Amino acid sequence: MDDELHARLKAYEGRPAAVAGVGRDPVNAPMIRHWCEAMGDRNPAYTGPDAIAPPTMLQAWIMGGLGGHGRRAHAYNDLLSLLDEVGCTSIVATDCEQEYARALRPGDEVAFDTVIESVSPRKTTKLGTGYFVTTRTDVRVGETVVGTHRFRVLKYAPSGRGPEPRRAGGSEEKRDGKAAEARDGKASRARPRPVVNRDNAGFWEGVRRGRLLVQRCTACDTLRFPWLPGCNACGSEQWDTVRATGDGTVFSYVVMHHPSFPAFDPPYAVVLVELAEGVRMVSNVVDVPYDKVRIGMPVELEFRTYGGGGEAGEGGEELVLPVFRPRAAEAAP
Amino acid sequence: MKAGDELPPLEIAVTRTLIVAGALASRDYQDVHHDPELARSKGSPDIFMNILTTNGLVGRYLTDHFGPAAVLRKVAIRLGAPNYPGDTMVLRGRVEEVVGDTAVVRVTGDNGIGRHVSGTVTLTVPTAAADGNGAVPPGGAG
Repeated sequence: MDDELHARLKAYEGRPAAVAGVGRDPVNAPMIRHWCEAMGDRNPAYTGPDAIAPPTMLQAWIMGGLGGHGRRAHAYNDLLSLLDEVGCTSIVATDCEQEYARALRPGDEVAFDTVIESVSPRKTTKLGTGYFVTTRTDVRVGETVVGTHRFRVLKYAPSGRGPEPRRAGGSEEKRDGKAAEARDGKASRARPRPVVNRDNAGFWEGVRRGRLLVQRCTACDTLRFPWLPGCNACGSEQWDTVRATGDGTVFSYVVMHHPSFPAFDPPYAVVLVELAEGVRMVSNVVDVPYDKVRIGMPVELEFRTYGGGGEAGEGGEELVLPVFRPRAAEAAP
Repeated sequence: MKAGDELPPLEIAVTRTLIVAGALASRDYQDVHHDPELARSKGSPDIFMNILTTNGLVGRYLTDHFGPAAVLRKVAIRLGAPNYPGDTMVLRGRVEEVVGDTAVVRVTGDNGIGRHVSGTVTLTVPTAAADGNGAVPPGGAG
């Protein structure tokens, strides 16, 4: 993908994000104690006269806090501003890599230098599209480097379909592969809308009237589906339609476990149904568990209405889609 | 202590209090870690744990297991599924490699919606503390 912006962002690589920053407070026992209380960490190494600070506190000593980052260098602010301008207004930390050369002890005065190590190409994530910015900070006491801290953030434009609040009651079922969708609040999302254009408008008009229409070439009588401007067999652009009886069989199928999409609740079967007329169409089989779908299963057409919802969770129009259910005679066990 | 050893899992109740206390103890005042309304306005369903707290919990998990004489040398973590209030995170660890008194431990933390954290911790465990078995030969014991 052409990404002219990335070239501008890459120019910041190697430039300083903070120069000769100084920790707001010397390493001190009260902050260590608050940290240990929050973490539930009762390691005796962090208390008493010979106490060290928990090594994982490294970044805490250099945080700007409510007072902000007084020593942040222009380059870093410029980089963040540039990302803000292009809509990447949100930020989330994704990676933290710390190495500890020696323990910090109360009284140590911490200084630090941070460099912008890399800016990724544009990435699309579940949260949205943006750029990963990696910085590397050397933390010093005097001239001695006591630790290094590599930090990666995603600076991104939140995707329109932002996560929804968790259902009341909270505890989500723990199932493999459910993570992403649970994070997205999912299941209540509207189905993707069909793209209706000149070539397929007749099909969707048929659906609206409860008819599954298949195109037929008027030159050579070949049926075709999905809808296309011309005949695959003879090239003719002349056609009319045939109303399908709605009977078919499962020609093939796949079961989707991953990735999850907002409107769908995996695992689910996506089926290729061969209609009695001979053409095949991709659809869903409803009223049957995904793992009971079989090749050759006789199915029949049903028009099912999928409720509103829409991107913002309201105001979306209902959508009618042709789906298939096991043919009545075969449905009994 | 040898490669393949599994650490007993540690369950962390992800309370609102833990998230906020961890954010403040790490001097992280980003609103998404304490203000549910602002978190929602930024597309998150609720406040969520900050990376410094996760880092601290991973460090604690290792030193809880290996004891106060263990020295953390390197902690590298990657975050995935956020830790939202009301969830439970289970930390698990497996010793990947032992060279002398230095161990590399693979750590994961899973919550109700997926893998919150995965990472690697390198730490030095004085031999006396290494299961009381005396020196561990380079490359790990058989």
